[in-house]
Amino acid sequence: MAFNGYKREDENIGEDETPTKQPRSDMEMHGGFTHDPDNEAASSAGRDTSDRRTSNATARHRSDSVKKTRPPFPWFGMDIGGTLVKLVYFEPKDITAEEEQEEVENLKSIRHYLTSNTAYGKTGIRDVHLELQDLTLCGRTGNLHFIRFPTHDLPAFLQMGRNKHFSSLHTTLCATGGGAYKFESDFRTMADLQLHKLDELDCLVRGVLYIDSVVSSGPSECYYFENPTDPDRCIQRPYTLENPYPLLLVNIGSGVSILAVYSETNYKRVTGTSLGGGTFLGLCCLLTGCSTFEEALEMASQGESTRVDKLVRDIYGGDYERFGLPGWAVASSFGHMMSKEKRESVSKEDLARATLVTITNNIGSITRMCALNENIERVVFVGNFLRVNTLSMKLLAYAMDYWSKGQLKALFLQHEGYFGAVGALLELLHPS
Amino acid sequence: MAECGGLHSGSRRHTMDKSITLPPDEIFRNLENAKRFAIDIGGSLTKLAYYSTVQHKVAKVRSFDHTAKATSDELYEITMQEEVTARLHFIKFENAYIETCLDFVRDHLVNTDTKVIKATGGGAFVYAKHADSEFRFQTTQPDIFPYLLVNIGSGVSIVKVESEDKFERIGGSSIGGGTFWGLGALLTKTKRFDELLQLASKGQHTSVDMLVKDIYGGSYGSLGLTGDLIASSFGKSATADKASKHEFCFSKEDMAKSLLHMISNDIGQLACLYAKLHSLSRVYFGGFFIRGHPVTMHTITYSINFFTKGEVQALFLRHEGYLGAIGAFLKGAEEDNPNQYSWGENYAGSSGLMSVSPDMNPMQRARSGTFDMLEMDRLERKLVNLPLLQDASSYIPDTVDLTEDALAREYWLYCFEEALDGVRRGLKPVVKERKVNGALTGAYGSLTVRSLLDTREHCLNEFNFPDPYSKIKQRENDAALKYYQKAVQSLEELSWEERQFALVRGVLAGNVFDWGAKAVSDVLESDPEFGFEQAKRQLEERPWLVDSYDEWFERLKGPPHKCALFFVDNSGVDIILGVMPFVRELLSRGTEVVLASNSSPALNDVTNGELQILTESIAAMDPVIRAALGEDRLTLVQSGSSSPCLDLRLPNLCGHLTSCVHVLYRLDKVLAMVVRERKTDLVIIEGMGRAIHTNYYAMLSCESLKMAVIKNSWLADRLGGKLFSVVFKYEVPAAGIDSPALTPS
Repeated sequence: MAFNGYKREDENIGEDETPTKQPRSDMEMHGGFTHDPDNEAASSAGRDTSDRRTSNATARHRSDSVKKTRPPFPWFGMDIGGTLVKLVYFEPKDITAEEEQEEVENLKSIRHYLTSNTAYGKTGIRDVHLELQDLTLCGRTGNLHFIRFPTHDLPAFLQMGRNKHFSSLHTTLCATGGGAYKFESDFRTMADLQLHKLDELDCLVRGVLYIDSVVSSGPSECYYFENPTDPDRCIQRPYTLENPYPLLLVNIGSGVSILAVYSETNYKRVTGTSLGGGTFLGLCCLLTGCSTFEEALEMASQGESTRVDKLVRDIYGGDYERFGLPGWAVASSFGHMMSKEKRESVSKEDLARATLVTITNNIGSITRMCALNENIERVVFVGNFLRVNTLSMKLLAYAMDYWSKGQLKALFLQHEGYFGAVGALLELLHPS
Repeated sequence: MAECGGLHSGSRRHTMDKSITLPPDEIFRNLENAKRFAIDIGGSLTKLAYYSTVQHKVAKVRSFDHTAKATSDELYEITMQEEVTARLHFIKFENAYIETCLDFVRDHLVNTDTKVIKATGGGAFVYAKHADSEFRFQTTQPDIFPYLLVNIGSGVSIVKVESEDKFERIGGSSIGGGTFWGLGALLTKTKRFDELLQLASKGQHTSVDMLVKDIYGGSYGSLGLTGDLIASSFGKSATADKASKHEFCFSKEDMAKSLLHMISNDIGQLACLYAKLHSLSRVYFGGFFIRGHPVTMHTITYSINFFTKGEVQALFLRHEGYLGAIGAFLKGAEEDNPNQYSWGENYAGSSGLMSVSPDMNPMQRARSGTFDMLEMDRLERKLVNLPLLQDASSYIPDTVDLTEDALAREYWLYCFEEALDGVRRGLKPVVKERKVNGALTGAYGSLTVRSLLDTREHCLNEFNFPDPYSKIKQRENDAALKYYQKAVQSLEELSWEERQFALVRGVLAGNVFDWGAKAVSDVLESDPEFGFEQAKRQLEERPWLVDSYDEWFERLKGPPHKCALFFVDNSGVDIILGVMPFVRELLSRGTEVVLASNSSPALNDVTNGELQILTESIAAMDPVIRAALGEDRLTLVQSGSSSPCLDLRLPNLCGHLTSCVHVLYRLDKVLAMVVRERKTDLVIIEGMGRAIHTNYYAMLSCESLKMAVIKNSWLADRLGGKLFSVVFKYEVPAAGIDSPALTPS
C-alpha cells in the first residue's frame, strides 16, 4: 500500500508532535490559512473567539445539510482507552472535480497526511493490513483506515490537531472510551475541538456488528481455531457469523468487559475483570524491565511458563484423576516462585510467558463461567490485548474447548481493537 | 490415606507416644460432663467436637418481701446461684495425636453406651477399623448444606458440598495464595508470606492500579462504575513514564497491596460466578491465604459484596476444619432442638487461630501448632435481628475496626488490660494471657471495642465473677430511688419547652454515672458527693459535639410517636433519674414505651431482672408509671445481650463459626416481636457502648435518637470533642424508606 513519502513524513511528523518545534509545522501548513489571520491567536486564547467559531460552525453546518444529508468531511471515529487511542478515518475515493476545487487546503492536507503515512510521530501507527477498501458509507465510496497511538501521547496528538487547524474544518468529532470524558476539556482548550461523547459499549457492539456485515472480500473478519486442543493440527479458519445472536462479547483492553449481546440494540454488561491487557503489560514491565507490548509478547513467545507456574503434576505427580484435573493444568500461577532457588533460576522470558498465560487463562475461566450463567455458546473475543497475540488466542480457544468439553466456541475478529472507534464513526453518520 | 497405615507399626507408635506433650486436662475442658462427641479425621488434622455442660455462678436479683421491707434499707437482694449451661467444645490437633486422643477418650469418658462418637472425614474410615468396639462411628447429615467451599491454598479449589460425604470439585483457579506469594516475592523481594501481607496492609494500590477515574476522569456513570474501581490491575505500571521508570518507581507496599486486591477480587468474582451457576447463597472460604488474615478476608468480602450486590454471603471459617465436625454434631443433637437456640462463641475458652499471628511469641506458636480449641455456649433464647434495621445485610455494628485503626487499637488494648487487672486483683491469676490474647491479636478477623468488652465479660464469667458490679449497682439504685420523686417534681414545675430540654439533659447527666468508664470511676472514687446535679453542671453546654436537639424539639411539637424502643444503659442514677423521667414524659404524650435491657450482667449496665424490680418500686411512687405498667403501655423486655455493646443483627447458626462478622449477641426474639407488634416508630439508644462504639452509623427505618456522653478522653480526642462532650444524634430516615424494612428477609 501507499508507502510513498514514508521517510520524509516520518521525520517531519516526529517533530510535528513536539510543541517546541511549532514554527516548522506552521510553515508546512501555512498555505491553507490565508483566509483566517486570527487563527493563531484564537486557538491559543480567548473564550470569545471560540464562541464566534461555534456560531460559524453552526452556520456552515446548516448550509451543508441543505446541500447534502451527510456530515461534512473529514469523517473520524475515535476510541480513547486507558492505554491506546484508536482512530478510524474514512478516506473518500469518489471525490469529484468540483469537490476537489471546493475542498479547503487543510482538509486535503489532513487526508494526505493520514493516507500517505503508516506511522505518525514516534508512536502512532496505521494498521495497513486492516484497511477496508472500496467501502460505501453514507453514499460515499472510499477506504477505511485504522490508526492507533498510546493514550499518553494524546497531548502531542492534540498539539498536532491544533497546528493543522483541525478545528477550522468544523467537523463533529465523535469519541468514545473513558478518555472522551477525561480529556474532553483538553480537546476544547488545546485544540479547540468539541467532542461528541458516546458510550463505549454501545459503540463496541455497533462496531462489531457493522464490520462483520461489511467485510466480504479478503480474509474473513471472523475466524476460529480448528483443533484447538491439538497444537500440531491447530489452524486458523474463517467463520461466518450468520445468526450472531446471542453472543458473548469479551473486550480485552487494559481491563476486560464481558457483554451478552442479544441484538444490535439489546445487550448487557455481564461482568468485567481488572486483570486484562494492562495487567499483562504492567506486570511484565515490573518483572522484566520491558516497556512495550510488542517487547513483552516477544519475550513471552520465547519463555516457558512451566518453570514459573506450579502444575497439577508438580503436586500430584500426574493427573489428579479424582477431580478430573490433567497433570498439565496450572495448579498455582507463579507457584514455583515461592521458592528462592526457583526464583533465581527463571529467565525474564519465562516470567513474561507465565504472566501472559496467567492473565489469558483467567480471562478464559471467567468468560466460561459467564457463558454458562448466561447460557450462551458463542464467544467473540476482541480488544487490543489480542493484537499480534496468537499465543493468547490459541490459549483461549483451547481453554474454551477443553473445559467446556467442546460446548463453547471461541471466535476472534480481524479488527480486534477498533470496534469502539468504528461504532463512534457510525454514530457520526447515522445518529441513533 | 496410605500413610495412616504406618501408625500401626510398633516403632512409629513408640515415637509418637514419646512426643505427646498435650496436657489433657487443659484440652478436654469440662470433659466429665461430656455427652456427645463428633470427630472429623482429615488428611493432617483431627477435629473433635463435644457437647458438655458447665456450671456457672449466676447473679440473681430478688425483691425483698414487701412485708419485710421495713427491716431493710435495701430494695432487693443479690444471690449467687449455680446455673448449668450447655457448651460446645472444639479441639483440633494433628493426626499424630489421634491415637492418644482416642485412648484418652476411652479411658476417661467413653464408658457408657450413651456416649457415641460421630465421625466424618476420610480418616474416619481408617480409624473405624482400628477403633475399639465401644466407639460407634456414625455418619451424619448436618443442616448446613449445600454450600460452596472455596479453599485458597497455592491455587484455588471450588467445591460444592451437598452433604458430609457428597461433594464435588466444580472448578478452581490457578490464581491463589501461591500467586500472591510467588509473584509478590518477585515484585518486592520479600520472602515470607506474612511479611508480604504486612507490606500489603501498608500500601496504596491506587498508585499501581489503573482506576476507572484514571480512564474516565471520574465515574463511568451509565454502567454505575464508580471512579475508584480498579479498571486494570497494575495498569499504571505499564504506562509509567519511561524516564521515571526504574526499579523503585513503585513502592513494595503499593505493589503488594495491588497484588492482594487483584487476587482477592479475582477469587471473589469466580466464587460468585460459581455460586450463581449452582444457586448457592453461602460461600465458605478456607485455606492458608485467608486463615486468620483480616486483610485478605476483608478484600474478599468486599469483592463478594461488589459482585453479588449482597446476594451471596462470604463466610470465613475461623476453625475451618471444624465445619464438618460441628455440622455432624448439630445433626446428631437433634433431640436438643438446636434450632431453638443460638450459640455464642466463648472468647475466654477459645485459643483461636493464634498460630498465624506473626507477632506471637514462639512459645505460643509452638503450642497452638499442636492443638487449638473453640468453645461455644448455648444461649437459652433464640436471637433475631432488630426488624427496624434499614439494611440488615450491610449493617456492621462496630464503628471502628480496631484491626484497621492502630491508634484506636493501642488505646483500647491498654484500657482493656487495665480494666481486667482491676477485677483480677484478688483473683487467683487464672485468667490466662493466652486466652485474652486470642481475642486481641486480631486472629478473629476484626477486632473491635465490642469484641474486647465481650471478651472481658466472658473472662469474668468463666472465673466465676458473674456480676462483679452487683453490689455497686445495688447501692446506686437504692440511692437514686430516694431522689426520684423530687426529680420528677422539679421537672413538673418547668414549662413544657424547658422540661423537654431538662429531660434530655437528665438522660445525658445520668449517663455520666458509669462505673465502666475509667474517667468516671476515678471521679466517683475520689469524690463520693458527686451527685446528679453536679453531673449536669459537668455536661458540655450547647451546641454539643453532635447536636440535633433543635430538630428533636421541633419533632416533639408534632404528633406523639406510636411506640418508642429504648435501649437503656447503666444502673443507678442513669436509669432512675435520667431515663425514667424521660420515659414518663413519652408515656404522658401517649407514646408506648418498650425498655430493652441486657439479659445478663455486663459492667454496671442495668439487667432486665434489676429493671423489673426498679420499675415496680417506681410504679409504687409514681401513678403515671403505675398506670402505664397496668395498661401495658410500658413494657420491659430483655435485649438478649450480655454485652455492654449492642449488636442489632440476625443470628445464623453457621455464622457463629465465621470470623468476618461477629455474630455474637443479637436481639432477643421476644423483643423483635414486641417491636413489630407495637409498630415502633422511634428507637432510642443510650450510652457510649451502644450509641457510639456500636450503632453510631446504623441506619434505622424509623426515627432514631442516639444519646451519649463521651467519658473517655481518647474517644473525645478522636471525635474532636473533650471529656463529657455530648453526642445527641436525632435521625429521620430518608423519605421513601418506611415500613417495608419491618419485614426482614
